[in-house]
Amino acid sequence: MSDTTDTGPVLAADGTPLKRSLSRALRRQKMRALMLIAPLLLFVLLTFIVPIGQMLFRSVENDIVSRTLPNTVIALQDWDADSGQIPDEAIFTALAIDMQAAAEAKIHTRVGSRLNYEKPGISSLFRKAGRKAKKWDLENDGPYQEKFIKIAKGWGDPEVWRTIQTYSSKYTAGYFLNAADLQNGTEGPEWRPENEQIYITLFKRTLFMSMMITVSCIILAYPVAWILANLPSRSANLLMILVLLPFWTSLLVRTSAWKVMLQQQGVINDTLVWLGLVADDARLVMINNQFGTIVAMTHILLPFMILPMYSVMQTIQPTYLRAAKSLGATNWTAFWRVYFPQSIPGIGAGSILVFILAIGYYITPELVGGTKGVFISNRIAFHISSSLNWGLAAALGSILLVVVLILYWAYDKIVGIDNVKLG
Amino acid sequence: MSLTPVEPRSASFTAGITSLAGGFAGIFIGTAQGSTFTGFIVGAVLLTILTYVALLMRSKEKVVRWIILLAFGVAGYVTGGISSGIMGLLMGWFFSWFIFWIGECRYRGHLVPYLTPGQVLWHYTFRVICGAIFVFLITPILVVLPLSFNAQDFFTFTPEMLSLDPEGYSLKHYRNFFNSSDWQLSFRNSLIIAPIATVISVSLGTLAAIGLSQSHVPGRRAIMAILISPMIVPLIISATGMFFFYSQVGGFLEGTIGLSKTVVGYIKIVLAHAVLGIPFVIITVTATLVGFDRSLTRAAANMGANPMTTFFRVQMPLILPGVISGGLFAFITSFDEVVVVLFVGSARQKTLPWQMFTGLREQISPTILAVATILVVISIALLTVVELLRRRSERLRGMSPS
Repeated sequence: MSDTTDTGPVLAADGTPLKRSLSRALRRQKMRALMLIAPLLLFVLLTFIVPIGQMLFRSVENDIVSRTLPNTVIALQDWDADSGQIPDEAIFTALAIDMQAAAEAKIHTRVGSRLNYEKPGISSLFRKAGRKAKKWDLENDGPYQEKFIKIAKGWGDPEVWRTIQTYSSKYTAGYFLNAADLQNGTEGPEWRPENEQIYITLFKRTLFMSMMITVSCIILAYPVAWILANLPSRSANLLMILVLLPFWTSLLVRTSAWKVMLQQQGVINDTLVWLGLVADDARLVMINNQFGTIVAMTHILLPFMILPMYSVMQTIQPTYLRAAKSLGATNWTAFWRVYFPQSIPGIGAGSILVFILAIGYYITPELVGGTKGVFISNRIAFHISSSLNWGLAAALGSILLVVVLILYWAYDKIVGIDNVKLG
Repeated sequence: MSLTPVEPRSASFTAGITSLAGGFAGIFIGTAQGSTFTGFIVGAVLLTILTYVALLMRSKEKVVRWIILLAFGVAGYVTGGISSGIMGLLMGWFFSWFIFWIGECRYRGHLVPYLTPGQVLWHYTFRVICGAIFVFLITPILVVLPLSFNAQDFFTFTPEMLSLDPEGYSLKHYRNFFNSSDWQLSFRNSLIIAPIATVISVSLGTLAAIGLSQSHVPGRRAIMAILISPMIVPLIISATGMFFFYSQVGGFLEGTIGLSKTVVGYIKIVLAHAVLGIPFVIITVTATLVGFDRSLTRAAANMGANPMTTFFRVQMPLILPGVISGGLFAFITSFDEVVVVLFVGSARQKTLPWQMFTGLREQISPTILAVATILVVISIALLTVVELLRRRSERLRGMSPS
């Protein structure tokens, strides 16, 4: 060609240098891709990520005390909690002012119940004092120290004041301490009394049961995935329906089916009694305990284990096994040294998926778990809708979410989110 | 024909195995009648005799099998009525098949010739284990179906049902479902909410999936992680987050814009469900796009089609199966979702799963089983559609259905 001698930059058809033209095209392509993604990304960010962030923020947010009792909080700054003295008149006067304002706005009970999470009994102090404070003439009714202590003895307890002082800052680690069965003591965090330690037990139980479910899913899914991957495709497709049907069936249908099966008057017990394996008056208790939860959830999550295992096992060449055997390996050696190592990615993918789903489960434990088989999720739901301790619910949720996100990250590293397969 | 040499087995070998099977079946029947041991002995002896007789008449296999089948059926019917008769027929069919399967060495027929007896035994043991797991998978769903026709308000099989007495069955739980205003309201709500949520997640999700499948997307991994997260974050956390968020949004929509409370309630749940359905759409559509031949869009552009025409006339028809099955996933997610509805919705917007959940927790009524049956039928229909679409998509993309 004639322009091989041209030493200048290569030009595109419109005369701009090719390099710039290409990079412009690339930029346009990027922009177009981002424009296509943008609506959905904004939608998810706005209605999913931000709400969760806001909710989690409640676990450290604590402006209710400083907002409701502004004067008291300022007055308390110089009070030394370790002196063992009750605060002086100035502080009580500040409290009287705040209390009257709060009682008129009818918000004094809220701060009372907030502080009650930290020190039981404070709620009633606020309720009683608020009722009286409404009628006070602030200028002339002092001294307030006596008045408060006359209303309720608790106001003379330095520990109550310590609690108010501790929780007067805008942010608190109190909910997280609570969620880990700790409390703010005189020398920093300390363990709660043995009989009040419920959350550590609950977290341990959630982890233990999720692991049990994952392990039983592995044990049950492995043979099924193997047989699906090794049968001729026509019969494998038929058997696949037996795996996919439970997967597509409503979660509540499966849970209610297990409730029907596992009850004391249920199908399994009736069959066992009819066969004479169990006496009529000694029917097995299989529901409202850990056993029921594990069985039902294993059934519900089993397809999530089978499908990834199946897609990995499909790619393993059957000739490897035959080669191993022809080289003199026994059945077991051929399986354990040749086939099993190749199927580990499937086990890993399935296990993480099942574990992630199991650890945050709510519906099934709520319905078949009774009191001994509930998960941390059920406690979160309880604090959101019944006890209204939203901060604690948020703290428990944050811990759960962190665990799940770590697993999610691991899943992404090992399997890649793009490789999730459904059906 | 198989290469494996198949030669008839001796009667004593066959009888050894079949008598064990007979004894095993005898244990259950014996226990139900009161004596385990007698059951075992009777079963074993019966099968031994049957095996010797049957193998003497090897040449007339068909006749022998019919005789055994009918004999078992009649024996069952005489002792315990219709249901025992059916049990007897099933057992007769199994044993008559089993005797000849062992006796004629058919179990070796389709296996490779060099397997040792131990390996053959393991092969079939493994099949039985897998069968048991499949039974575990499917039984809970199958148990619900007949129980929903129960004439009593029980959650278990009544004696009338077991003896196949028509009196034991009725449609009253179905009538209850169609006549109860609570159930009808929730069913209607589910049918309103799920399709709208599906449309939102499918339209936004498909666009984003197409964007994500372009070759140069900055931060692709991070975007993907965010879009998939609704599937990964525990539902209870999503639900509590949405609970606070949508109570503010609801206040804004009612107060500032002035929409009615009912409409706002539906909007809240539809948006919440749309987010939950998105990961499924993204996953299925990106999976379809992996196999999409990009030169087709270039060819269309080359021939003068603008991007819109290219999308609707070339790309869309090819990825449609993936889009539809993603949509079905999104639909079932919304249709099946309880936790978010419980937190975000009010009683006016209760959906079918909500009603089932409260029903299971508080006053457990057998109407739930009728609803469950209807839902199982719906899911079978959806599964069939997805399966057909998957095959079609594989055919279109020239992949063999393996």
